[in-house]
Amino acid sequence: MARIIGCITTSHVPAIGKAIANGLQDEPYWKEWFDGFKPVHRWLAEEKPDVAVIVYNDHGLNFFLDKMPTFAIGAAPEYQSADEGWNIPTVLPFTGDPALSWHLINSVVAEDFDVTMCQEMLVDHAVCNPMALLWPGGDPWPVRIVPVEINTVQFPLPSAARCYKLGEAIGRAVASYPKDLRVVVIGTGGLSHQLDGERAGFINKDFDRKFMASLTDDPAWATRFSTVELVEQTGSQGIELILWLTARAAIGGVREVAANYHIPISNTAAGMLLLEPVA
Amino acid sequence: MTTRQPIPGTTIFDGDQAQKGYALNKMCMSFNDAANRAEFLRDEDAYCARYGLNPRQRAAIRHRSVLELIAAGGNIYYLAKFAGIFGLDVQDIGAQQTGVSKAAFQARLLAEGR
Repeated sequence: MARIIGCITTSHVPAIGKAIANGLQDEPYWKEWFDGFKPVHRWLAEEKPDVAVIVYNDHGLNFFLDKMPTFAIGAAPEYQSADEGWNIPTVLPFTGDPALSWHLINSVVAEDFDVTMCQEMLVDHAVCNPMALLWPGGDPWPVRIVPVEINTVQFPLPSAARCYKLGEAIGRAVASYPKDLRVVVIGTGGLSHQLDGERAGFINKDFDRKFMASLTDDPAWATRFSTVELVEQTGSQGIELILWLTARAAIGGVREVAANYHIPISNTAAGMLLLEPVA
Repeated sequence: MTTRQPIPGTTIFDGDQAQKGYALNKMCMSFNDAANRAEFLRDEDAYCARYGLNPRQRAAIRHRSVLELIAAGGNIYYLAKFAGIFGLDVQDIGAQQTGVSKAAFQARLLAEGR
């Protein structure tokens, strides 16, 4: 049977992609952030996942306001990145796992999560940067991916509570997949930041730290907040924490293997967590 | 019913905003394509006309003003692609919206980390 071997959550700030492309990992501005991934690289080298289910938000590459799904799952044999308008470097294509994708789709729709199914899907920096952080070089990528996309662009957004339940359903779906696969669930984005309006540059360290700690011991903690309350606490784009929450909800009890929290990366309070299931 | 709540300096991009800003955001979405970015630079008036921008949106584009663009229904994810045409990143945009220099905006963020 397939098994979730861990959950990794990380910020996906576009500037990270540029820093990687320009080899800036050891520059003073970047070093603390990139060094935080060293224990994660060791863990991945030992645990050798086969597939990454990656929960992310599209920023206007694959989806536009003409048709905006709340939840979408990729079921493509391959996923490519593309120009997002501001010269972020593209990366090598990712190999999909359509059989696992369809199993996830069938399972979560049976649990009343009516997801949009995508046999073609471009993936943006919210997939590419986390992948490049976790598997530097990525040539070829050592895991197949199943992208799970959640709308954070157009309100109404799905609530934190709803995302948490979707994550639980994804966890049950993986556990019921008959193939022997080692699956890592990744949630990208966050933590507190705001790009738009007079409140641009907003950061909330206290809330971020509380949220990160909650994911180990009290993972449903953030589900008590409404979407607008979360925007107030974490900024317009800090709402991406719902992607962390979805990924975290896919596993039960955990222990923290690695964590990093660093201000700032660009306009963002950047965070990373690696959690491992406890028996 | 709208989801709008009073968070200072923050516009919730709800159905009202999405309707108001549709043409503007659609134009900005087109800037994913380098050929379209070049075409905009070649003839800005014609490009804006093709997407049917209203006078307020057209003025906001002309002013390169992110706050005006948001007020005209722009969504920051699409506006970032417009800013990209001029090589502006989210820190340039943040500085412009908060009325400080980029260096001051960056210093403020660095101070948050201490």
